[in-house]
Amino acid sequence: MSRQSNRTTDSKKMNSELFTLTYGALVTQLCKDYENDEEVNKQLDKMGYNIGVRLIEDFLARSSVGRCQDFRETADVIAKVAFKMYLGITPSVTNWSPAGDEFSLILESNPLVDFVELPDNHSTLVYSNLLCGVLRGALEMVQMAVDVKFAQDSLRGDNVTEIRMKFIKRIEENLPAGDE
Amino acid sequence: MADDVLFEFLHMEMVSHIYKEQASRGEMDKDRATCVSALEGMGFRVGQGLIERFTKDSPSFKDDLDIMKFICKDFWINVFRKQIDNLRTNHQGTYVLQDNKFSLLTQLSSGKQYLEEAPKYLAYSCGLVRGALSNLGMDCVVTAEVSPMPS
Repeated sequence: MSRQSNRTTDSKKMNSELFTLTYGALVTQLCKDYENDEEVNKQLDKMGYNIGVRLIEDFLARSSVGRCQDFRETADVIAKVAFKMYLGITPSVTNWSPAGDEFSLILESNPLVDFVELPDNHSTLVYSNLLCGVLRGALEMVQMAVDVKFAQDSLRGDNVTEIRMKFIKRIEENLPAGDE
Repeated sequence: MADDVLFEFLHMEMVSHIYKEQASRGEMDKDRATCVSALEGMGFRVGQGLIERFTKDSPSFKDDLDIMKFICKDFWINVFRKQIDNLRTNHQGTYVLQDNKFSLLTQLSSGKQYLEEAPKYLAYSCGLVRGALSNLGMDCVVTAEVSPMPS
């Protein structure tokens, strides 16, 4: 298990550990409740979605960011403002598709996976799948349907964690948000 | 570093998820107890881990009261961003910690309406405290009570 060697007792940092440890306990509980990793991934995504639809309001209230003009601006706001505000990291935005509707967020470090190792029998578990749900839920509340998934995961041996986001369509205002 | 509000959202979602899952499986009576103990168990393991991190460098505690003061001040500040408002004891092993503005409950409206729902949101925190104390060498039972706010 990798341990942080930083010894400061900064309360923000400790709070981050609370979040990380709580998330770990949650994933453990889900693995116990459901037999297979696919089901756990789905549950994490659903929970993330529910968190995302509320988190976006908190974000909009605190960041005073206006409406984004296009998907590129959205990507920048997500990476530079949202991730910084909530997780204290700034992923880089890369790998834009030629059509400009798909991009990758590269996370050098993922606070959710501090102290975490995936055991061998859970190799298909997407540990941080909550993040995908959060992004999907939050963007749906601002009328964007997106598909979010992990392309690379540092827990599964890759160097970095890469989240791939694809714009699907703009959601009409008068349709109620999908209920999950 | 992770923002405070993230933990609150995650906690709310955890509580709602555990209850939804149990409701779709068995009868209601048995479920309440298992839900609470599942949440408490999660809190217990997290509390054990957290207290290890917090007290890595500090000297060992003189006695029980010292431990309780640590919980009231440093531990509570790190977890809930404020100190405990009131600590009482009967000097025979019972301690009452009073928090007048518990951060995980401020989202619920005050008054009697949601009093029954409050324990769900307290189970995890009870587990946190029990886990922390267990790793400090104290075996204990942690219970929580909510009283309605005067309007």
